[in-house]
Amino acid sequence: MSFLDILVIIIPATLYTAAPLIFTALGGVMSERSGVVNIGLEGLMLFGAFAGVVTTLTLQDSVGAAAPWIAIVVAAIASGIFSLVHAVASITFRADQTVSGVAINMLAAGLTLFLIRRIYNKGQTDFVDYRINKQDVPFLSDIPVIGDIFFSRIPYTSYIAIFVAILVWYIIFKTPFGLRLRSVGEHPMAADTMGINVNRMRYIGVVLSGVFAGIGGSVYALSISGNFTGHTIAGQGFLALAAMIFGKWHPIGALGAALFFGFATSLSITGAQIPLLQNIPSVFLIIAPYVLTILALTGFVGRADAPKASGIPYVKGHR
Amino acid sequence: MQKLLKNDKLFNIVVPIFSAILGMLVGAIIMLIGGYDPAAGFSALFQGMFGSPKNIGEMIRAASPLILAGLAVGFAFKTGLFNIGVEGQLLVGWLASVYVGYALNLPAVIHIPVAILAAAIAGGLWGMIPGFLKAKFKVHEVIVTIMLNYVALYTTADIIKRYLYAGNEKSYKIQESASLSSGFLSDLTNGSRLHWGILAAVLMAIIMWFLLEKTTTGYELKAVGYNRHASQYAGMNVSKNIVFSMTISGAFAGIAGAMEGLGTFQNMTVLSAFTGTGFDGIAVALLGANNPFGIIIAGVLFGGLNTAAPQMNFNANVPSELVEIIIALIIFFVASSYLIRLLLTRFSKEGK
Repeated sequence: MSFLDILVIIIPATLYTAAPLIFTALGGVMSERSGVVNIGLEGLMLFGAFAGVVTTLTLQDSVGAAAPWIAIVVAAIASGIFSLVHAVASITFRADQTVSGVAINMLAAGLTLFLIRRIYNKGQTDFVDYRINKQDVPFLSDIPVIGDIFFSRIPYTSYIAIFVAILVWYIIFKTPFGLRLRSVGEHPMAADTMGINVNRMRYIGVVLSGVFAGIGGSVYALSISGNFTGHTIAGQGFLALAAMIFGKWHPIGALGAALFFGFATSLSITGAQIPLLQNIPSVFLIIAPYVLTILALTGFVGRADAPKASGIPYVKGHR
Repeated sequence: MQKLLKNDKLFNIVVPIFSAILGMLVGAIIMLIGGYDPAAGFSALFQGMFGSPKNIGEMIRAASPLILAGLAVGFAFKTGLFNIGVEGQLLVGWLASVYVGYALNLPAVIHIPVAILAAAIAGGLWGMIPGFLKAKFKVHEVIVTIMLNYVALYTTADIIKRYLYAGNEKSYKIQESASLSSGFLSDLTNGSRLHWGILAAVLMAIIMWFLLEKTTTGYELKAVGYNRHASQYAGMNVSKNIVFSMTISGAFAGIAGAMEGLGTFQNMTVLSAFTGTGFDGIAVALLGANNPFGIIIAGVLFGGLNTAAPQMNFNANVPSELVEIIIALIIFFVASSYLIRLLLTRFSKEGK
């Protein structure tokens, strides 16, 4: 097996598994940059997966293959609204943001299954008829070598994810809105003095994290799992959280980290086909992202620092 | 009412009670919207908790790991640390207890304590890692404990598959001499799986109370929780206290794992998802206001809710996930105590 053959297996698999992580990690960047810790990414993703699958199942008979794409939009809106619970608790009621995030995860797990049982009278949904399929990009996939590696058997959502990461980078670092978002996360009192409505910016940050996590969750459900059960999202949200930290709260960093974690995850699946990796127990590949994140935080892999005011509710007039 | 708001100790008791009631209330509203009968739902839930000796036995059985998980979270909270890693510490403790229970041959009097101790040490070491990283590198313990949860989940599953696999996704069973299960307790409660673990849970609650309230170490731990810089200035070793607090917290969580390994299941399953006990432990600690005895009450309540959920589904046709929703809501309300303070102030003003 030549090196090129290995790339042909690994890179499409990486892009495929990384897409949901990229979206969700970008959501995490939005929220934390505005100063709200979001441990609830997992729950928001789960809610997105739920909304995505239910919408697809409802619409697929009437709109056919367009259903999953509409479903992603619906999931983004649904999770955005759901994330308001976290926003209200942690911004308006000054709840501990970590506690509120934990509660979001539990609430999402309970509520989605509760609704699935209510709607379908069983603990999981059927598989959707139309998925977001892996496909070859027209023309580009015909390019020798590169076409096989980067443009074949990859769902479009993966390219969209990469594009969105660049877009988020532009918004956060090159627009006035981005500057405001970052300022309320770093020094809310200074931002307030300059006339920025701190709580409003934070609400926007949290809701955007819900929107992105909803997209991530629905992309996962509609391109990878194909149906919804209580275990559809099992740790991907926390993996995205890890990607955000490993990427040092930077959209492009998060993109890179999510790709890397997608690579590690896909290796644990495709590794059996690849000669060198056959002998490494898959458990090492599975735990690699988590261990690397811890190492990144301790400074062994470049120091990662959170936005300064992340996790602290803003109370006007308090020093 | 005004007096109540000024009295923090009383307020700390009012918040959990209020939150529990609000949580149930919103749960009832969700049942109504879903087209279920809340009265039937709650009466079935009550039946499932107290309806028969067996139900009561199961409630107490489910309470023991929850109480210990709650103690773990609460203990760390007291030092100003948030241990989300209870789930992972519980898993390594579970595995350690099952290994010692299976591999060693000892008389029961020694075997049980040794197995529990092994669980405590394993959980303690697993909790010590984030404590150490926090003290030495100033890394936030929340992230590290979350990451370590997954490391624990996948690693324990792999170890069982490799070294302790008895087939059918389960480890070998522990020896009779390490078992906490009791024919006496089981007969007393008409064949529930109630075991002696509840005694360990209560004992640990007393130890936590004693350690925090009656010793210098406890005073230091709490001081560090209140104000890290002032404690440092007063000459306390903040780093040491952080590591110590996380280790003890992890040890409690490890013992919670032993409750499952030596008590309820007598083995360990190859898990692909978390048990949820560790996260419920956060709810237990919050509802118990981080007080060891409050935690016991909260643990029994959540244990009951969890074991009664199937009965609610069976009798009133309400999906058992409602219980999870209620627990999540209670966490929200306790965490948003500012909201409750606001509500109470409003009421007291209107009363005048």
